[in-house]
Amino acid sequence: MTNGMTAVAVAIVAVAASWPIDSKAEREHFNVDNTTYRSECGSCHIAYPPQLLPADAWQRLMSQLDKHFGSDASIDTKTAREIETYLEANAARRVAGGKPTLRISETRWFLREHNEVPARVWKSPAVKSASNCAACHTKAEQGDFSERTLRVPK
Amino acid sequence: MKLPTFSAVAALALVSAAPLARAETAADFIAGFQGEARQSDPSFKGFSASRGQAFFTAKHGNEWSCSSCHTDNPLQSGKHAKTGKSIAALAPAANPERFSSAAKVEKWFKRNCNDVLGRACTAQEKGDVLTWLAGLKK
Repeated sequence: MTNGMTAVAVAIVAVAASWPIDSKAEREHFNVDNTTYRSECGSCHIAYPPQLLPADAWQRLMSQLDKHFGSDASIDTKTAREIETYLEANAARRVAGGKPTLRISETRWFLREHNEVPARVWKSPAVKSASNCAACHTKAEQGDFSERTLRVPK
Repeated sequence: MKLPTFSAVAALALVSAAPLARAETAADFIAGFQGEARQSDPSFKGFSASRGQAFFTAKHGNEWSCSSCHTDNPLQSGKHAKTGKSIAALAPAANPERFSSAAKVEKWFKRNCNDVLGRACTAQEKGDVLTWLAGLKK
């Protein structure tokens, strides 16, 4: 390999490493296929794709479910273990960079993907919170975050 | 053919030892709370739907009441106070899945009482609320 080629390869790897997810298709469609995870974690919010946080973040989050972003979301030990195993096995393969966070909406990846969303949209009563993916991503529940299914409320 | 016979007998024993899987109803849970309430309070005088409604719609020192997510009318669907996610109706008349599983009833009272009151609910409180919910008609 020539030096030039190596430099290009290094650059590509560097860019890829700044994304938690590999390809565009993978950034838009997520497989959220664990029934226990979907039913347990999908009651108060959509079952967020496990691919959006690294394994250590999921571990920390699962260890403090009784204090889950201001809410008690505790579940029995057996269920918690099953969910944690699923989350870790499907977690982001690369760390997105930036400071470690348990909030998907604070990851560098999320902020970059949403940098064109104006403040009034976030504040709209139909959206209310960045945790409310389905307000705009109409198929978020099915793991589909493609532009085709995106409807930003007026 | 000793082994298959033994397996069949063992399997049968296992099946009969398993608890009877029966969907529970709101009335079963009310009866359970009644037993608990009697035990913990000798002066227990029964449950009250109107007290349950007042408890459900009032705040108890924290930011949320039960109705912050379930609305004042549990016959209709609610909305999570923080995430905005739709929450199916809580009253059994509107949603027969509600109060049909002991594990779920236990899980949700534990979490939600903690959020709304910062403590576990008493059997009296749970019985009052459920008496109100179970009496709501579409």
